[in-house]
Amino acid sequence: MAYSDKVLDHYENPRNVGVLDKDDPNVGTGMVGAPACGDVMRLQIKINDDGIIEDAKFKTYGCGSAIASSSLVTEMVKGKTLDEVGEIRNKHIADELALPPVKIHCSVLAEDAIAAAIADIKAKRAARDGSEAVAS
Amino acid sequence: MSSLNIPIYMDYSATTPVDERVAAKMAECLTKQGHFGNPASRSHPFGWAADELVEQSRDNVAKLLGANSKEIVWTSGATESDNLAIKGAARFNVKKGKHIVTLKTEHKAVLDTCRQLEREGFEVTYLDPLENGLLDLDVFKAALRDDTTVVSIMHVNNEIGVIQDLAAIGKITRERGIIFHVDAAQSPGKVAIDVEAMNVDLMSLCAHKVYGPKGIGALYVRRKPRIRLEAQIHGGGHERGMRSGTLATHQIVGMGEAFRIAHEEMDAENIRMGALRDRLWNGFSDMEEIYLNGDLEQRIPGNLNVSFNFVEGESLIMSMKDIAVSSGSACTSASLEPSYVLRAIGRNDELAHSSIRFTIGRFTTEEEIDFTIAKTREAVEKLRDLSPLWDMHNEGIDLASVVWASH
Repeated sequence: MAYSDKVLDHYENPRNVGVLDKDDPNVGTGMVGAPACGDVMRLQIKINDDGIIEDAKFKTYGCGSAIASSSLVTEMVKGKTLDEVGEIRNKHIADELALPPVKIHCSVLAEDAIAAAIADIKAKRAARDGSEAVAS
Repeated sequence: MSSLNIPIYMDYSATTPVDERVAAKMAECLTKQGHFGNPASRSHPFGWAADELVEQSRDNVAKLLGANSKEIVWTSGATESDNLAIKGAARFNVKKGKHIVTLKTEHKAVLDTCRQLEREGFEVTYLDPLENGLLDLDVFKAALRDDTTVVSIMHVNNEIGVIQDLAAIGKITRERGIIFHVDAAQSPGKVAIDVEAMNVDLMSLCAHKVYGPKGIGALYVRRKPRIRLEAQIHGGGHERGMRSGTLATHQIVGMGEAFRIAHEEMDAENIRMGALRDRLWNGFSDMEEIYLNGDLEQRIPGNLNVSFNFVEGESLIMSMKDIAVSSGSACTSASLEPSYVLRAIGRNDELAHSSIRFTIGRFTTEEEIDFTIAKTREAVEKLRDLSPLWDMHNEGIDLASVVWASH
């Protein structure tokens, strides 16, 4: 199978590989996929006080396109708000990487990972706001 | 490292380059100056010369099997041979019964042929192999019925290289009067074959796994006791009516020469390949979380199939771009399913996705093995650093206990 230059670039030089503290209230973690299906993505985003994503990290088990999709996503989300990031669709990822049809599911997984990371951070905030309300 | 030719070929079970000695013989059968005649032409020396070469080749193939040359039928390859053998024998014997027994780890040429027969009203039992890939003889015996007419069991598995005990299987089928077909696409030149001692009735062969050309194969069809087949291709009545079509002299000569060389050089070659394979396996043996797929002893010397846990096969192949290997990962196939062979021997989907098949051959060198070890280790290390599953494993999390969102 021939890979696009962009897939190869992200695969060979993956951006933002790593781990953020999942217990940090400003960090959202999204882990999607399953080992049995051949791909698992973990995307983490960290927001600052203005609600802007200031850092993003990933680790992915999967094919080259899955790794490239998650690497690309970490670049796409930085500097954006949660609402803006929620607008990213798998098509943006697939188009940017020129994924062939059999690899579209990798971009879907990346979109799912963003959604899961946003949901995680929102749940943390809701829990925090809820406990603050009880305390006061 | 200067003598290394990149990329390195480590996929000899997919196909092999034609041996130069074979190519030279083939080239003599093409042009005006060579033996271009139609072997079926009985009326002039052009035909006679080609016919003589075809019969010499038939003899070379027969010798490797311990068979008589009259028992060799030329085909286009092992897939056609499997079709002719299984469909031909099942349909010819339809009045005796409509039950076929085979193994889940057979090649698709056998499995899909059986599926077709099921659509025609035959019944097929697909047996599970043991965890080492071998057939459990007790399970096999229990699966045979009075209406079983054909058994099809492969000699050497294409993915994991394990060798089935044909003699033990053949003893059982002969006693029961059941036709025994063997897909032996992967075994010539790697394991000794003796169709008499093994009681094999039908055996599918091809040239391109044995340093011969693609597009040519053969089916061994036993004469005593005589095995009869319904032809699948009709025409001029070539090959005693079992397979019509003008014989491709150059292809046949290539297969004959390839089998002659294989027969002659097998013992020395196997010792050399076994040493290279062991060198490769030793190069990985201190790595964590690696699994050998298939039995190590009952296995051809050129095959090493390893799962590198927590790393996905296709991305591993991408990282090993200077080395040509294959993987059981779904991502390298169109089906999106991981290797059915690894699943059938009880490997879970993760390990099936993480497998790499290294197959070494006649032209593999020690230097290539050492290069492969270094590149593979480097790639596995890089991808494990990227793998959330590797992190979880190191944190002591049992992946089986995690509830995954399957997609």
